[in-house]
Amino acid sequence: MEVCGGQTHSIVKNGIDHLLPEGVELVHGPGCPVCVTPLEMIDKAHAIARLPDVIFCSFGDMLRVPGSAGDLFTIKSEGGDVRVVYSPIDCIKIAHANPDKKVVFFAIGFETTAPANAMLAWRAKQEGLKNVSLLVSHVLVPPALAAILQSPENRVQGFLGPGHVCAVMGYEEYEPISAKYHVPIVVSGFEPLDILQGTLMTIRQLETERGEVENQYSRILDREGNKTAQKLVFQVFQVGDRNWRGIGTIPQSGYHLRAEFADYDAEKLFDVAQIATRESEICISGEILRGIKKPKDCPAFGTVCTPQSPLGATMVSAEGACAAYYTYGRHLNQAKGVDVPIHSVGGAA
Amino acid sequence: MTQRDPAASTPVAASDSNSANPTSEIPSPLFGSCPLPIFQHKNIVLGHGSGGKLTSELIDKVFLRAFANPILDKLDDQAVLEINGARLAFTTDSFVVTPIFFPGGDIGTLAINGTVNDLAMSGARPLYLAAAFILEEGLPAEELRRVVESMGAAAREAGVQLVTGDTKVVNRGKGDKLFITTTGIGAIERDVNISASRARPGDKILLSGYIGDHGMAIMSKRENLEFEGAIESDCAALHGLVDCMLDACDALTDKRSDGHPLHCMRDPTRGGVATTLNEIASQSKVGMFLREDQIPVRESVQGACEILGLDALYVANEGKLVAIVAADAADAVLQGMQDHPLGRDAKMIGEVVSEHPGMVRMETRVGGTRILDVMFGEQLPRIC
Repeated sequence: MEVCGGQTHSIVKNGIDHLLPEGVELVHGPGCPVCVTPLEMIDKAHAIARLPDVIFCSFGDMLRVPGSAGDLFTIKSEGGDVRVVYSPIDCIKIAHANPDKKVVFFAIGFETTAPANAMLAWRAKQEGLKNVSLLVSHVLVPPALAAILQSPENRVQGFLGPGHVCAVMGYEEYEPISAKYHVPIVVSGFEPLDILQGTLMTIRQLETERGEVENQYSRILDREGNKTAQKLVFQVFQVGDRNWRGIGTIPQSGYHLRAEFADYDAEKLFDVAQIATRESEICISGEILRGIKKPKDCPAFGTVCTPQSPLGATMVSAEGACAAYYTYGRHLNQAKGVDVPIHSVGGAA
Repeated sequence: MTQRDPAASTPVAASDSNSANPTSEIPSPLFGSCPLPIFQHKNIVLGHGSGGKLTSELIDKVFLRAFANPILDKLDDQAVLEINGARLAFTTDSFVVTPIFFPGGDIGTLAINGTVNDLAMSGARPLYLAAAFILEEGLPAEELRRVVESMGAAAREAGVQLVTGDTKVVNRGKGDKLFITTTGIGAIERDVNISASRARPGDKILLSGYIGDHGMAIMSKRENLEFEGAIESDCAALHGLVDCMLDACDALTDKRSDGHPLHCMRDPTRGGVATTLNEIASQSKVGMFLREDQIPVRESVQGACEILGLDALYVANEGKLVAIVAADAADAVLQGMQDHPLGRDAKMIGEVVSEHPGMVRMETRVGGTRILDVMFGEQLPRIC
């Protein structure tokens, strides 16, 4: 299983899964931050973004994720002030420029985005800014891996570990998981060669009956990770239970703002506690996120469920397994390697 | 109209490049217009200006219903009109780019070259342009002067004259500094028949050079991103390059009985090469198969795309064209392109196939295959 949505995206975009030999199957993991953000949290975001005195800031790919009614693009077209930011810190500038508005940042993601999101809260507090807050929906990779391995239905024999997450956190915390379940975890990058090498390293471990953490992405990260970033993250956030879309609540699987930062917690500042939601009953994204099923096992895939009208977690973001299959790979038949005819193409003269 | 700013406007007319999904059936007005909602959106969203599926829906469900006629229904970048035996190409385009000055050009050069290119893509010689300006109160006069001067220079370089125009000023906050609409007319003097519906299985797909330069130049400037080796817009008038391609065809045409070998030509602006090829595949009811390793992308553009989570195949170009050419003429046309400075890096990037009509597929660098799908709306930066 490749853990990261970015890896899934690269695998399907480059057609790597269909180039692997018989007996090697890549299943797609839970590491798509947009996918696993609970619908309830998206509805809360939309309720806040609709308020007239709010500037709602978000990473780009959250804008098209539908809530129970519409998406952030729709809210923007109805007059909501919704802005895409590339860095959470941009919200500081926006807050200074709009002192009469409340600037809310949708702080989602795994450990990768946590340092920059933490920096926003930290800077806002340092500068005494009263009009910035964060709607936090942060999740962590290691508890999700443990949840997958504990499941009686689990069929994952090895993991391509999350390269960007480990660039922040290092990979020490994966060692107890690897040892406990005797499973290879190879922290891997995102380029096609990274993925192929990571897959090879995993298979070599399986063939020699090892279950260790290895680092394919050594040009980027080491065992310790980025200590400065970690320090900042733990100054601002504390670990607690989190609900994962498609999976459910996993204990100690996410970040929440520490009590010292309560003044910057949008869930406390805005009246959104009562929002409740219901997910589609057809959608099998929970099983897909745990590697039990694949997108094409779903009867709704590509028919009633498409990226334009997603039913659940794995279709909502480009990094979700269903959306990646639909966008890049729906021409490929279910059976591995079976493909419609390919014509040879002459190169340039 | 071709949108120059990938994030800020909506299309106005369907005589546009990159703007419509021609496979959608337009219900005949004879059978009564349905009073129920034909257009799903209560309000226009930014994605309606993206060149993707939302733009197609807007054009099909709103504009074509009101304006449908045989010339418009072809949904080419320009209308080809026959008047007293003369063939004229006619097109219009609005420009709403932010920022108005960017590396490699400004809104003025875009406004000239964009319309010149839409004419050139029919094989026409661009002749005359009209320009309409919408100015926002408070726009520094010096900025307007700079834009207009660069328009004048671009027009002279392209050999066209700007012969009529209009100016309006709107209240502060009601415009974004400066919007320009240019309309152009050109003469089709050669015996060509270029249309997005003429691609045939076996045809070769040619691309005139590096992709994504314009879109990433704008994005880098807008987001204050600095990359090694600044990315400059490729904004340029392409009719000279087209002339070289048509000259190469003329050298072959004597031996042909199946019509002019240059079947389709488009400048892949908003929505990029992927969107343009999807439009042609859909309009011609053919499939396409590309080879990723033949598609030229600069390292700086690729790097910028990776940082922002974008795909260069969907990023706008302003000085490139894609041509679909009969197989036996393809090498000669490619040579003709490479002999012109704007086609120096031209490549044969794939071919038209009879399988999977309406779908564009690509062999990836590592040998897998993927679909190049039509975008739904805006291309959105990925989170990580």
